[in-house]
Amino acid sequence: MSRKGGGGMSRMLFRRSLFGLFTLWVVSIVVFLATQALPGDAAQAILGREATPERLAALRAQLHLGGSLPEQYFSWLGHVVTFNMGSSLASGNPVLDTIGPMVLNSTVLMFASAVIAIPLAIVIGTWSALKKDTAMDHVTGVVTLVMASLPEFVVGVLLVLLLSTGLLHLFPAVFVQIPGEHVWSHPDQLALPVLTLVLAVSPYIIRIMRATMLEVLDSQYVQQARLKGLPERTVIWRHAIPNAIGPVAQVIALQLAWLIGGVVIVEYLFRFPGIGFELIDSVTNRDLPVIQALVIIIALFYVIVNLLADVVTLAVNPKVRTAQ
Amino acid sequence: MSTASPTLVVDALRIVGVPSMASIIDQLTLEVHPGEILGVVGESGSGKTTLGLSLLNYCKEGTKVDGGSVSIHDHDLAALNWRQVRELRGRTVAYIPQSPASALNPALRVGTQLRECLPGDPAAVLGRVREVLREVALPDDDEFLSRYPHQLSGGQQQRVAIAMAFTARPALIVMDEPTTGLDVSTQEHVLHTVREMCKTYDCAAVYISHDMAVVAELADRIAVMYSGRIVEIGRTADVLDHPSHPYTSRLLLAVPDLDAVRPMVGIPGNAPSPMARPQGCAFAPRCPIADSGCKVSPPEATDVGEGHSVRCFKAGTPLPPAHARPQRQRSVRTDGDKPVIDISGLKAGYGKFTVLEDINLSVYSGDCVALLGESGSGKTTLSRCIAGLHHNFTGGLELSGEPLATSSFKRTREQRRRVQYIFQNPYESLNPRRTVEELILQPVLAVRGKVKNSRDIVATALERASLRPDHARRYPDQLSGGERQRVAIARALATEPEVLICDEITSALDVSVQSSLVDLLRGLQAEMGLTLLFITHNIALVRNIAQQVAVLERGRIVEFGDVADIFDNPQHDYTRSLMSATPNFQLPSQVYAAEPNGVAL
Repeated sequence: MSRKGGGGMSRMLFRRSLFGLFTLWVVSIVVFLATQALPGDAAQAILGREATPERLAALRAQLHLGGSLPEQYFSWLGHVVTFNMGSSLASGNPVLDTIGPMVLNSTVLMFASAVIAIPLAIVIGTWSALKKDTAMDHVTGVVTLVMASLPEFVVGVLLVLLLSTGLLHLFPAVFVQIPGEHVWSHPDQLALPVLTLVLAVSPYIIRIMRATMLEVLDSQYVQQARLKGLPERTVIWRHAIPNAIGPVAQVIALQLAWLIGGVVIVEYLFRFPGIGFELIDSVTNRDLPVIQALVIIIALFYVIVNLLADVVTLAVNPKVRTAQ
Repeated sequence: MSTASPTLVVDALRIVGVPSMASIIDQLTLEVHPGEILGVVGESGSGKTTLGLSLLNYCKEGTKVDGGSVSIHDHDLAALNWRQVRELRGRTVAYIPQSPASALNPALRVGTQLRECLPGDPAAVLGRVREVLREVALPDDDEFLSRYPHQLSGGQQQRVAIAMAFTARPALIVMDEPTTGLDVSTQEHVLHTVREMCKTYDCAAVYISHDMAVVAELADRIAVMYSGRIVEIGRTADVLDHPSHPYTSRLLLAVPDLDAVRPMVGIPGNAPSPMARPQGCAFAPRCPIADSGCKVSPPEATDVGEGHSVRCFKAGTPLPPAHARPQRQRSVRTDGDKPVIDISGLKAGYGKFTVLEDINLSVYSGDCVALLGESGSGKTTLSRCIAGLHHNFTGGLELSGEPLATSSFKRTREQRRRVQYIFQNPYESLNPRRTVEELILQPVLAVRGKVKNSRDIVATALERASLRPDHARRYPDQLSGGERQRVAIARALATEPEVLICDEITSALDVSVQSSLVDLLRGLQAEMGLTLLFITHNIALVRNIAQQVAVLERGRIVEFGDVADIFDNPQHDYTRSLMSATPNFQLPSQVYAAEPNGVAL
């Protein structure tokens, strides 16, 4: 019954972090097996049938294809954990130098989308719950359902038609990177990709927020807060939302994790120089080290986002926070 | 009665359901004066909670006020705008909810929830909060204020709710069953606190409850509600001594008597739902003295004494005697009998945490043994061990001399058939997607495989549980709470068990329904020779059903013996404290003396 909390919380976080590391390790095995240890010769697969024996041998050395499978794996893993991912086969530059800017660009894109989508979705979901069974609530319900069922490239194409090439000419339809400048130097170029991602992730968050909020608003403690004569604003923000946010955080995490997959298609659609674009490029070029690095980074992102969601869920639950 | 102007005046209030427009509350008129506690008594569905909320100008979703008025200090609540309503709530009228565990916000500290009751200077507010906490006998330090509700006991949570209500020194307090779900000793503390606080603040109070015994202890006046109307209202002594409405008389007889000199009689039937209220007097279908005149139009309120009025065409007519079964207060076993259930040296726990220790108990065929204890005493764990639902125990457990496996999965079908379990809450223990017939057949099919005469089995089980044959095709949500619990009993009886474990089976139900269920169980015990294990926290109930009682305190049996001996001469301090904390609800003998057959003890 002591109030000195934190004990339960940090233990829980430590455990979750271990699980995260375990997940990453499993991912690394899968990546290794799927790319390097496939039946047949990876070097041959990359270089094609016309490869000369000298080039094959050189590539095998570069990819550490000698030795037994476990030996290969641990030597590869050693390079991964020391951030030495080798060189891109296409450009010859170190992998991290190649993908570093791309990761940054994609992060900017996703961060901008998340920062807009999450508060917006929470507010719309809450509002929809408060206006339950009104015309606006029904409209929100139908719109979110339609949005949720449209694939993001359809949304992207529709937005391009609507805001770029067809009806209005507000934003450029593709991203044109000027060398030496950051992607965020041209916010108008970011508008359509960000909007597409916002429209793709918001509907789920809105729907779960509305559902949880309805449940919370129906609870006795919200009734009691109203009977205490508290202003409706306080009832919603202090009494209702902290209790609704736990389940919503889990859905947000799933959506953010999905975002990194969705970003591949959206980046390709808008020719945005991010990891998705790079991934498609490197798959086309069979640039093995880059593919491996990108997949590991995407997995790392999944793990971090889920860890954050757990932190939020635990932090809003005082029972966990104060447990010893 | 006080001559000061009343704090609360409710005049011909009518509240209807939306969109059905069925009346939930109708023609409701009452007054409460400063410093006075009005007890509102009624069964579930009588509209008492709707009334309580309307006093704060609050309508639950799907209800609205359709006539009449509620005035506090001569201000009609209907005339207030939203801002004024908000200022009224909490400041002028405060509400103490039924279940503090769900009415306190789990995500906010106690201090936050107390401080927000008052506007103004934070230091002054904090000072006031500490003062109120001291008044309800809670700690007032920062450590306590920074706790979360889950770090408090049930009694502390309810005191916080009381403190919250009194923080702003309201003129009127509405309490909706604030002691339901609390242990008797906690209930006693809470009632004491409520009474003291009302006196200190000269505050008018409306106390809503289904339990006549609690209201009788606390209230200055009593209003009995039935089907949305007040059928009788008057000073507590007048209502208890001269109940003039048949419903009031029956409600009084439904309260279990700690001394067991008065029979405990249920009210047959169910309160009508707002959608299907009869045309005439709403109580007529259940009334023993109703005639055709009662079914034409509802009776008007008539005075039967000073400040004592009643809505009945036959007010004051003596009721026909209520029949109660004679009640054995001793075990019937003779020397040489073998116990049906024999427990020796049982120890049980959850993980490393020990809940029960050193339990020795022998239950003989045909007896009802009560396991009496407060929450956390381990009584439910013990019953779950016997039923094979809790596996983590050691020690001896025998059924008619055969040792029983810890888990019901490892017991033989025959052993499982012989011991059946009835759960506390009939709202949760019945699968809502199965009909009553399917529910009753489930355990039969589980222990006997295919059966040919399934219809007969269902019909017999329903009849034994005093249900109609047409109940078989219904779903649980078409039944009242009492009917659901009867279905649970029918389901347990369908396998022809020898031992029936009843785990607090009446605690989620109204007092009147409780009495009918107890009467049913007594009948089953006598007719089928059932052995009952009756788990309860209600000591008065023990005296009205059991032959033997085991008193559990913190996982040990502290006292065991025949009910007659233990109640007349309790040995253990804990038993004595339980007995003294229970409201000893005594009726003047004329209320039931007119029923010579009823007191056949």
